Amino acid sequence: MAGIYIHIPFCRKACHYCNFHFSVSQKLLPQMINAIAHEIILRHEYLKEKIETIYFGGGTPSLLQPDDINLLMDKMFSIFDVEPDAEITLEANPDDITAHKLLAWKSAGINRLSIGTQSFLEADLQWMNRAHNAQQAYESLKLAMQNGFTNISTDFIYGTPDLTNEQWLQNLETAQELNIPHLSCYALTVEPNTALKKMIDLQKKKDVDAEKQSIQFELLMQWAANKGYEHYEISNFAKPGFKSRHNSSYWQGKHYLGLGPSAHSFNGNTRQWNISNNALYIESINKNIVPFEKEELSSTQKINEYLMTALRTNEGIVLPHLELLSDKEITAGIIKDAQRFIRQHLLERKNDALILTSKGKLFADGIAAGLFR
Amino acid sequence: MQHKRMTSQNQGRLTIIPSLQLPPPKNHCKQLIHTASISKELTNPTLSLPLMKKIRNFCIIAHIDHGKSTLADRLLEHTKTISEREMMAQVLDDMDLEREKGITIKSHAIQMNYVHNGEQYTFNLIDTPGHVDFSYEVSRALAACEGALLLVDATQGIQAQTISNLYLAIENDLEIIPVINKIDMDGAMIAEVKDQVMDLIGCKEEEILLASARNGIGIEEILTAIVERIPAPKGNPEAPLQALIFDSMFNSFRGIIAYFRVFNGSIKKGDTIRFISTDAEYEADEVGILKLGLQPANEVKTGDVGYIITGIKNAKEVKVGDTITLSGNPGEPIKGFEEVKPMVFAGIYPVSTDDFAELRECMDKLQLNDASLTYEIETSQALGFGFRCGFLGLLHMEIIQERLEREFNQTVITTVPNVSFHAYTTKGEKLIVNNPAEMPDTTKLDHIDEPYIKAQVISLPEYIGNIMTLCLGKRGILINQSYLTTTRVELIFEMPLTEIVFDFYDKLKSQTRGYASFDYSPIGYREADIVKMDILLNSEKVDALSALIHRSRSQDFGRKLCEKLKELLPRQQFQIAIQAAIGAKIIARETISAFRKDVTAKCYGGDISRKRKLLEKQKEGKKRMRQIGNVEVPQEAFLAVLKLD
Repeated sequence: MAGIYIHIPFCRKACHYCNFHFSVSQKLLPQMINAIAHEIILRHEYLKEKIETIYFGGGTPSLLQPDDINLLMDKMFSIFDVEPDAEITLEANPDDITAHKLLAWKSAGINRLSIGTQSFLEADLQWMNRAHNAQQAYESLKLAMQNGFTNISTDFIYGTPDLTNEQWLQNLETAQELNIPHLSCYALTVEPNTALKKMIDLQKKKDVDAEKQSIQFELLMQWAANKGYEHYEISNFAKPGFKSRHNSSYWQGKHYLGLGPSAHSFNGNTRQWNISNNALYIESINKNIVPFEKEELSSTQKINEYLMTALRTNEGIVLPHLELLSDKEITAGIIKDAQRFIRQHLLERKNDALILTSKGKLFADGIAAGLFR
Repeated sequence: MQHKRMTSQNQGRLTIIPSLQLPPPKNHCKQLIHTASISKELTNPTLSLPLMKKIRNFCIIAHIDHGKSTLADRLLEHTKTISEREMMAQVLDDMDLEREKGITIKSHAIQMNYVHNGEQYTFNLIDTPGHVDFSYEVSRALAACEGALLLVDATQGIQAQTISNLYLAIENDLEIIPVINKIDMDGAMIAEVKDQVMDLIGCKEEEILLASARNGIGIEEILTAIVERIPAPKGNPEAPLQALIFDSMFNSFRGIIAYFRVFNGSIKKGDTIRFISTDAEYEADEVGILKLGLQPANEVKTGDVGYIITGIKNAKEVKVGDTITLSGNPGEPIKGFEEVKPMVFAGIYPVSTDDFAELRECMDKLQLNDASLTYEIETSQALGFGFRCGFLGLLHMEIIQERLEREFNQTVITTVPNVSFHAYTTKGEKLIVNNPAEMPDTTKLDHIDEPYIKAQVISLPEYIGNIMTLCLGKRGILINQSYLTTTRVELIFEMPLTEIVFDFYDKLKSQTRGYASFDYSPIGYREADIVKMDILLNSEKVDALSALIHRSRSQDFGRKLCEKLKELLPRQQFQIAIQAAIGAKIIARETISAFRKDVTAKCYGGDISRKRKLLEKQKEGKKRMRQIGNVEVPQEAFLAVLKLD
């Protein structure tokens, strides 16, 4: 089983915190669609497995015309063996969501929406430089539900400087009242080379407060447990039956094909990523060359990746699986190194797995690094 | 001038590049060092030995970066000792560490042939180290020469290290040939530097040679001057053998290779020789001369420079400054021999306690080729088993740490360095204290003596004020101030050595914008009010961070050290209290607040590589940390004391 990720590198507006690859100029969009369609052909041999998930991410895939989506879908379905019940997700911004588009997406085969709500608060949205307002945030979700999308995820950002704990919980409540079955909640992270970083450096914006962020994360965990959302990955919460199969595949070491500029692919032994430049990407694809960089994974790197990704999930590091990936000795070494975190109540041994405690979820990176080989 | 008793038998330096078709391995040499390949050919019996009057033994005295290595390269090229095609930049500086630090740590020699007026001459160029830690070695290298090229950078003028080495050369009656280098550079102050040189050595202007080693200007004139101005060696070929060891190196196949200069008699392959200071006798398995590689010969005669291999495996048995003589017909020792004496002490510990045995093996191996390194096992409550090591100076300490990491793949923690104190107890005993932990309880102490040095600083007049402030702040006493020229001032201080150990060089550099040079020599012990300052992390004493310092400096020192540690210790999931204490009295305190989270929000769409690399880097950082109580202390924190503002 494998997945396909399609990166649509265009946005209407640059969110101040975003460090993903995108362009606000949409001049190249038509050529880009053709190029991605062509990359599908060029890479028809990358995945041998059946396709279980397809994910349109970005950037802003909801910018695409329904025809564009149809074109890409047709191409993928003709080249790859896509499962009949495949999860097909489209990332959509609230300001793009109309009844007309929703119906078109549905008929194109999209069966899951990941909506970039981020917040229901006007001030928050303005602070982030989002393209939508509070009303659109709310209405878009409602509209999506009304038009037959039940498998919906909404993205939230918490820990922005002026978001109070009460406001944060209110955002979550609103999503729950709308019956949104999946939440992706990210602590605002100040990434290098972003507008936000620059503004903070110039003291034009307040820096994030790690203390407040961790409190809001704790509130989130409590709230989700009370409301029946399963905390199945550090930043992801789902009602039963609504986990993201596509994102889970990243954490489960499944193979995936990434299409479009900056998209990452993984075939079990190598990771590769396409060039993060729209014009160069198109130019190269037009010459039948996929422009990418590649990394061959050593056995240690494979182990480390498993530790890092598995630790973030509520299944944790499954020791028999780890042993398959490494050997008895390495597994024993990792278990030994885990003792320190177990003593600090950051990690728990449950049957055959090492699983983060609620407190441990705040320190997942350091713990993963501590277990690395 | 009493000089430091310092030597470095061998910093593990390769003598000369063995074969340029096979360049020496770079950083990936894990064990010992790349060693010079030694010709397996037997002695060439037709090799003619030079007549004594055609030999010229000389060295180059220069400050760091004044162009010594470049000049050496040019001399080798012009005498066709090495072809241009073979020329790698700076042939004489082989060890990676040296290239990076831009200094010649360790001396060695090379022989050249030069034809002048139809006569063939043999030149032995003996290289000298350029750092204050290694000045005993310099003195022995100088003792092996009849002449010296005094190389001065036309853009910088004379520096302290040059002057002290020049004095040593003059003491050894060397003929000095002044050479002003880099004359074609912008900013060359030829006239001014000429004045400095004439003032210093009392020569005539026309005796000063002008050169640009980089561009090959003035090289023939230098070669001619070597022939015409440096005297041939004197000595009696019939007298009992007296050969001065001026350097040695370790070769993992052949053992120790000693470099010597024959003063009287001669040394032949197969002779039974004796090292006078150790009274040990060996057979000369191989003798020879030093070309681009070692070149075996049947005999090395009076006045010449050569090498000997005896199968000795331990550098400690071959001491720089010692005399080689013949067992059957012994000569007198050459004067000037001194034993190695470490000046600075520090603990070296494995980062992981499990690695002690491995570190011990590495220390043993390292000492085989660096006899100036001394060590004994010690234990620290904080760090477990490790070694208390003695070094010639701070640079030597740095070199040892780096060699352990690069060549032996060890990750080590070096603790706060200290000098050797003399503690006198109320019972009248004298204790030598090389480690803060050894300092007796104050109730049992009568007094403590600390080592003093005479420090020589040469700089520009505009920095006198800054230098004074710095040296007086370090408990220095100004002894003399004199103008070497109108733009060069020399300041002499008496100072406690311990003040030099902590951050003196960096401060001097910053206070003078780099326009100062520094040299020192020990002048004995003086009584001082020394206290032991401890550092506590979450109330747990970290013995590896204890320091012995003067009471007047303790308050300030404690405060700065706590501040520095606050910077260097990573935040942890709980608060960390950092305290400095003298006895039970807390003199400074800092707090590191707990960190609340360490987790990436988004593991973005499949970009697992980036995240993994970040965490791998974090992991590498953790490897260099030591758990003390519940606090993780990074390797560099143990040396924080050297980096105080």
